[in-house]
Amino acid sequence: MNHDAYDDNYIRSILNSVKSIAMVGASPVNVRPSYFAFKYLAQRGYDMIPVNPGHVGKTLMGKPFVASLADIGRPIDMIDIFRNSSHIMPVVEEALKLSPLPKVIWMQLGARDDAAAEKAEAAGLKVVMNRCPKIEYGRLSSEISWMGVNSRTLSAKRAPIPTQGMRLSLNRTSFGGGQTAASDRAAKNKTETS
Amino acid sequence: MTDRLPGFSTLAVHAGAQPDPTTGARATPIYQTTSFVFNDADHAASLFGLQAFGNIYTRIGNPTNAVLEERVAALEGGTAGLAVASGHAAQLVVLQQLMKPGDEVIAARKLYGGSINQFTHAFKAFGWNVAWADPDEVSTFEQAVTPHTKAIFIESIANPAGSITDIEAIAAVARKAGVPLIVDNTLASPYLIKPIDHGADIVVHSATKFLGGHGNSLGGIIVDAGTFDWSKDNKYPMLSEPRPEYHGIRIQETFGNFAFAIACRVLGLRDLGPALSPFNAFMILTGIETLPLRMQKHCDNAKAVAEFLSGHPAVSAVNYAGLPSDRYNNLQRKYAPKGAGAVFTFSLKGGYDAGVNLVSNLKLFSHLANVGDTRSLVIHPASTTHSQLDDAAKVKSGAAPDVVRLSIGIEDKEDLIADLDQALRA
Ligand SMILES: Cc1ncc(COP(=O)(O)O)c(C=O)c1O
Repeated sequence: MNHDAYDDNYIRSILNSVKSIAMVGASPVNVRPSYFAFKYLAQRGYDMIPVNPGHVGKTLMGKPFVASLADIGRPIDMIDIFRNSSHIMPVVEEALKLSPLPKVIWMQLGARDDAAAEKAEAAGLKVVMNRCPKIEYGRLSSEISWMGVNSRTLSAKRAPIPTQGMRLSLNRTSFGGGQTAASDRAAKNKTETS
Repeated sequence: MTDRLPGFSTLAVHAGAQPDPTTGARATPIYQTTSFVFNDADHAASLFGLQAFGNIYTRIGNPTNAVLEERVAALEGGTAGLAVASGHAAQLVVLQQLMKPGDEVIAARKLYGGSINQFTHAFKAFGWNVAWADPDEVSTFEQAVTPHTKAIFIESIANPAGSITDIEAIAAVARKAGVPLIVDNTLASPYLIKPIDHGADIVVHSATKFLGGHGNSLGGIIVDAGTFDWSKDNKYPMLSEPRPEYHGIRIQETFGNFAFAIACRVLGLRDLGPALSPFNAFMILTGIETLPLRMQKHCDNAKAVAEFLSGHPAVSAVNYAGLPSDRYNNLQRKYAPKGAGAVFTFSLKGGYDAGVNLVSNLKLFSHLANVGDTRSLVIHPASTTHSQLDDAAKVKSGAAPDVVRLSIGIEDKEDLIADLDQALRA
């Protein structure tokens, strides 16, 4: 699996298939990126579970925080890890002890741990690194186009009017990633030199 | 679902646009409104806090403008775009994210005269210093780097002389200095040159010119290449540090590879205010749909006119990179193989007076201070766009007193040549 640049179909198939997402490192502070992503994904109809031992007893968008993945107590489709690269491995190891196993490990924008990715893939999980599911969902649905972002997708179909809790179609024609090759290349060079 | 890269012409027509959600209108509607209603208080708070995608107020964003932004970002191969009121506004907003008083930008000496003024006077008054370098001598950029350098600014094809800049060589200097390379791609348009493919981190446009293409609307665009790491040191606090205007959000951490475009929108456009009218955005978008057709015709016509002029007895020199004898011809073949653009200069044996006479004798060419119109245009830079420079600076920026600048339109080339011929004989 090439983790420097993902095919849109790979990201699309993940976002179209998962229903429940446990967010490790979710923050109740409303200026943190994890809060942004949690709120957006909840609004797009995902079943969100905030995981953060520091906030047990509180809720995020009405969902109670749990201390660890093991405390969720029901099957989870995807683990979205909002932690620095150096804190990824223990979370992946914990995820691999769950039964049934989650289907996807997603590491946030800026987070990458190739060894942890390999471990998860060896167990049959799909892995995404250094991406934000909110940005990817917004891009593939073109909702992010409101901000002038290059969604790298085209469609001649009428755009949906997003409402609360509505899932959007992600089935637009993709450019295949080629158009932001420059940005993907820069990200790759950064991982190689750091 | 295909996964192939659409061609340039397909993107020029489609990127960023889709039938309107409410009406199904196929052309992009002109959302001529100042503001947008919120669903409820939480929605409003999410939008103001940058947590949700959506519209608040047209100074910050507008759905018509957003289509233009995504379209140009797609054509340039960037991650995001921002539309602003003019090319000059784009330059202002870009540098505001990068510069503090006492900081320096290294700029190519060959720039549009208005940009030279903007950097020399307006920016100077903000305490932003400019160090001029010679785009034909890359070492001068290297020598100009200091600990205060925050950016390098060049034009891909330089106004007025149509010279071609060695973008890759200057990008290497920028990379080594750890600063972003900003390329003004106005005269080339992404049809001829895609600066991001050659190492640019930020692209700016005066959309007033070839993008809009019809001489009817001012506009500017900023494109974020998504290539620069703003957080690797503390040089760019607008992007790397918690922003007090947004309760402590860090822009790069939150927005990743389109953070620069977001900073330009929410810290630049929001606070400085040079918003693009949605009507102008619509006009520019319509222009872009035919950009590949027009640009090729502009180039083909320009080459024919340059060839005609270089054989004319009244002409002492033609500066057109598309001519095999031109000093920029090698760079043109490398960077702009489809054509050398439509803006170039030539000198008359009769000097300043012959230039003034030529301009007044032309019947089809319009005498005005613009480039990149469907119509062919002529100007005498020394007495107009570059008049505020002293003689030495005029020569250095390619606008010596005997020089006439043309911007070749998309009329029939035979008519343009006939008009120049009669005016040169008159
Ligand atoms: C190369 C270049 N950059 C920038 C500008 C400034 O653009 P605007 O007039 O849209 O502010 C111009 C205008 O002539 C130009 O030719």
